[in-house]
Amino acid sequence: MSEHSPEPDPASAAKVSARGGAGVGRVLVAVYAVLAIAATGRSVFQIIDRFSEAPVAFALSAFSGVVYIVATIALGARLRGLAWVTISIELIGVLVVGTLSLVAPAALGLDSIDPFGRESTVWSAYGAGYLLVPLVLPVLGLLYLWRSGRAPAASGTSPSEVATSSPKA
Amino acid sequence: MIWGYTIAQVALACAAGLICVISGLAGRKPNDPSLGSLVLVELALIAQLVIAIIAPGLGNQPVGSVPEFYVYLISALLIPPLAVFWALIERTRWSSVVLGVAAFAIAVMVFRMQQIWGLG
Repeated sequence: MSEHSPEPDPASAAKVSARGGAGVGRVLVAVYAVLAIAATGRSVFQIIDRFSEAPVAFALSAFSGVVYIVATIALGARLRGLAWVTISIELIGVLVVGTLSLVAPAALGLDSIDPFGRESTVWSAYGAGYLLVPLVLPVLGLLYLWRSGRAPAASGTSPSEVATSSPKA
Repeated sequence: MIWGYTIAQVALACAAGLICVISGLAGRKPNDPSLGSLVLVELALIAQLVIAIIAPGLGNQPVGSVPEFYVYLISALLIPPLAVFWALIERTRWSSVVLGVAAFAIAVMVFRMQQIWGLG
């Protein structure tokens, strides 16, 4: 048996704690991946099976699926700019399409507003058919991007503070 | 599909989801209970696949779209292995939460599968 088992050195420990925020981001990536599969899979099926029933809604659903896929990749690869854009599109999409689906379902070519129905899409009724996850997720995503962007600035101590405080000690 | 089995399967997936999320939030890395619960969820899905193949021959016919049903079932079968794979690569507490997310997604998907097969 080797005695060289590496002790956790301070540098790697610091790296792990700095990645705490990134850890939550990993959960976000997983939830996004599930939603991307759900939205894309369903819309592809609806388009193949019954596109003529509600073409506008199903096309929007497919678009949302693509946006979720790109957002998943952007979060996973830490492409912050792309993540900001795609998650913002999602928030706008779920608010606009969600409102339209309830107020003016005909504008989307929907006959029914049942969020569990055969014409329901990921953004219909603010994503009620997906337990409102499509409404909550972009808000969490934007909060995460905002907080993780601020974190490095908040944790850094300014050099002047260090200079003035150290002689006292 | 068989109602009783579906309910049991949804309950199993929710229990697995709770175990994994709580374990992750408690700071535990993916361990035997959390990984094992996902394995159970996967085995239950494979049993569901066998039931779905056999049931129509025994007079238990799906009411809804068969291809749509299988899109859900096959996607569901892929999720636990992917989540376990992730948990084995990235051994952090958050991977335990990811396992839980996968389990809850399975619960929802199995319920949707029963809706498509027919709630009768």
